[in-house]
Amino acid sequence: MPAPTANAVTARTGEPSATGATRAGIHWPRVALYVILGLFCIYYLLPLYVMLVNSLKPLSEITAGGMMALPGEWTIAPWQSAWSTAQVGVEATGLRPYFINSLLMVVPAVAITTVIGALNGYVLTKWRFRGATLVFGLLLFGCFIPFQMVLIPMARMLGLMGIAGTVTGLVFVHMVYGIGFSTLYFRNYYAAFPDELVRAAQIDGAGFFTIFWRILLPSSGPIAVVCIIWLFTNIWNDFLFGASFSDFDSQPMTVALNNLVQSSTGVKEYNVHFAGAIMAALPTLFVYIVAGRYFVRGLMSGSVKG
Amino acid sequence: MGFLDIDRVTKSFGGLKVLHETDISVEEGEFLVLVGPSGCGKSTLLNMIAGLEEVSSGQIVINGRSMNGVKPADRNIAMVFQSYALYPNMTVRGNISFGMEMHGIPKKEREKKIAEVAELLQISQLLDRKPGQLSGGQRQRVAMGRALTRDPDVFLFDEPLSNLDAKLRVDMRTEIKKLHQKLGTTIVYVTHDQIEALTLSTRIAVMYGGYVQQIGTPQEIYDNPANLFVAGFMGSPSMNLFPARIVSANGAPAAEISLSDGRSAVLPFAGRDGTGEEGREITLGIRPEAITEPDGADRKSRAVHVVDSRVEITEPAGSDIFVVTQMGGKDVTARFSADVPVKPGEDFQFAINMEKAVAFDPKTEARII
Ligand SMILES: Nc1ncnc2c1ncn2[C@@H]1O[C@H](COP(=O)(O)OP(=O)(O)OP(=O)(O)O)[C@@H](O)[C@H]1O
Ligand SMILES: [Mg+2]
Repeated sequence: MPAPTANAVTARTGEPSATGATRAGIHWPRVALYVILGLFCIYYLLPLYVMLVNSLKPLSEITAGGMMALPGEWTIAPWQSAWSTAQVGVEATGLRPYFINSLLMVVPAVAITTVIGALNGYVLTKWRFRGATLVFGLLLFGCFIPFQMVLIPMARMLGLMGIAGTVTGLVFVHMVYGIGFSTLYFRNYYAAFPDELVRAAQIDGAGFFTIFWRILLPSSGPIAVVCIIWLFTNIWNDFLFGASFSDFDSQPMTVALNNLVQSSTGVKEYNVHFAGAIMAALPTLFVYIVAGRYFVRGLMSGSVKG
Repeated sequence: MGFLDIDRVTKSFGGLKVLHETDISVEEGEFLVLVGPSGCGKSTLLNMIAGLEEVSSGQIVINGRSMNGVKPADRNIAMVFQSYALYPNMTVRGNISFGMEMHGIPKKEREKKIAEVAELLQISQLLDRKPGQLSGGQRQRVAMGRALTRDPDVFLFDEPLSNLDAKLRVDMRTEIKKLHQKLGTTIVYVTHDQIEALTLSTRIAVMYGGYVQQIGTPQEIYDNPANLFVAGFMGSPSMNLFPARIVSANGAPAAEISLSDGRSAVLPFAGRDGTGEEGREITLGIRPEAITEPDGADRKSRAVHVVDSRVEITEPAGSDIFVVTQMGGKDVTARFSADVPVKPGEDFQFAINMEKAVAFDPKTEARII
């Protein structure tokens, strides 16, 4: 009984490819598929190409037309200018200080938010207390409050706390917004984590934090990656909070990039703008390339396996 | 006062009472099995012994020390879980040593103990693997190894074999029994498999609906079930339970049962005096092995009665053949020797050993005879 079935299967799958390949020599549906995929690729990558080539040619080549052409004369001067000498707002500092601001903002905000989210998830699933569901519900609700609604109350809060217009203030704002999401991620992940492990650890003599550090956290790699990528991308790319809550010396990269593009009084230095824009995008690209392959795996693991 | 005393313990979750007042006293070195259907409160009771759940009232005493308010880690118990609960991020070595580390045992001693336990359970070659790289049986051993490092007063097992396949389950069962004989540690073991209960235990507590229905040695539970539930739950194939009526035969009580063709048979209970309960409806309980072909009947029994009945189905099972017939309007399974030429549809002689028969009140389900 099993043998004929197996034969039938191979015969059926073998047939179309055999006829397709031998008769025409080329498998046309495949070709069409790759052509279409290729076109989509070009469509999506074209803007990046334009930015890249134009950031590497002198301004004269751009103004002369030929946005699509490769640079006639290759130069990294626009990059140097965007990084350290271009006029941003009122000062000619380049984007460097703002890039550093963004780093100083994003690293602590992501780290703290992730750790707090993990702790929340741990408590909400493994040390369930009265009203745990309500607390989680409220945290979730926090995720979906529109940004615009909190602008004014938040400004007042930051003022009261004495961190208005500082990088610390921005870290705080992003933390408050991020904790809802990081808690959601970790709670769902830990919900699938067997309670018996926590009980076994209790019998072994491990306390609250020991169980967290030694048993749950080491198994949280995939979800931590998801959480970090999500938070990093959102916080790095945020413009609204950056524009609302920062002073000149605490502006993040996104706001500075906007100022760079807006503030050129004379000629628009498109090549410098392109270079600046790529700089602003690089860190998120970098994070995604380094950790991206864990991203899908992490998204899957919470829901599928126990 | 035993070594482990469960003293008037109850447990409620919110308003729901899942364990009614329970008293069990376990002697040192005993192997107590808690057995019962799903949801009867076995795990809850075990978790209270472990300290993972608080008692709602009453107390648990281990080795003369009341455990109320004592943390699991300080109870000197060890527990093996159904899912094994091995820490996925640690190696087998890490898993086994974690508990000792938490109890501040120096590294040298830990290494020694790990080697000792690994030797005992034959897992020495697995020490550097992660739990994910082990088979079910190997995980089971590691889980036991982790428990063994503690030299606990009491071992607690919560359905440790239920995730294994049938063959492995039988093997591990034997190993657990050997281990108990070797170490002599007190064990409380939860299962819903009554065969496991009968083979492993020195004593069994049968639980149902939050009550302990009966406590006794496997033999007592098997031969003398306290009520209809215990009778039906313990034993495989299970005890035949069918309606009958008490009549008087030569001044002694007997059970009158109806047979398939409208006749009835009178089966005197062995060695009983008149109870004055003639006419009372009962549920008669007879195990399959007490209904045999006439040649296979227990020669020592003084109360074997032979009745004719029609064979409905035969189920060969290797050395035996299970024969189904009708008595009291119910299917009744008898156990014949495999070489008896018995065919469905024919009448055959069934020898009933009334020494092994029990009777219950159909309403209260309590034992009468
Ligand atoms: N944390 C809890 N909250 C509310 N009810 C619970 C809780 N834990 C257990 N119960 C209830 O208590 C009863 C006994 O549960 P328990 O886990 O002890 O059953 P069990 O005998 O171990 O069953 P099984 O063989 O399925 O493991 C069940 O009805 C269960 O629903
Ligand atoms: Mg259970």
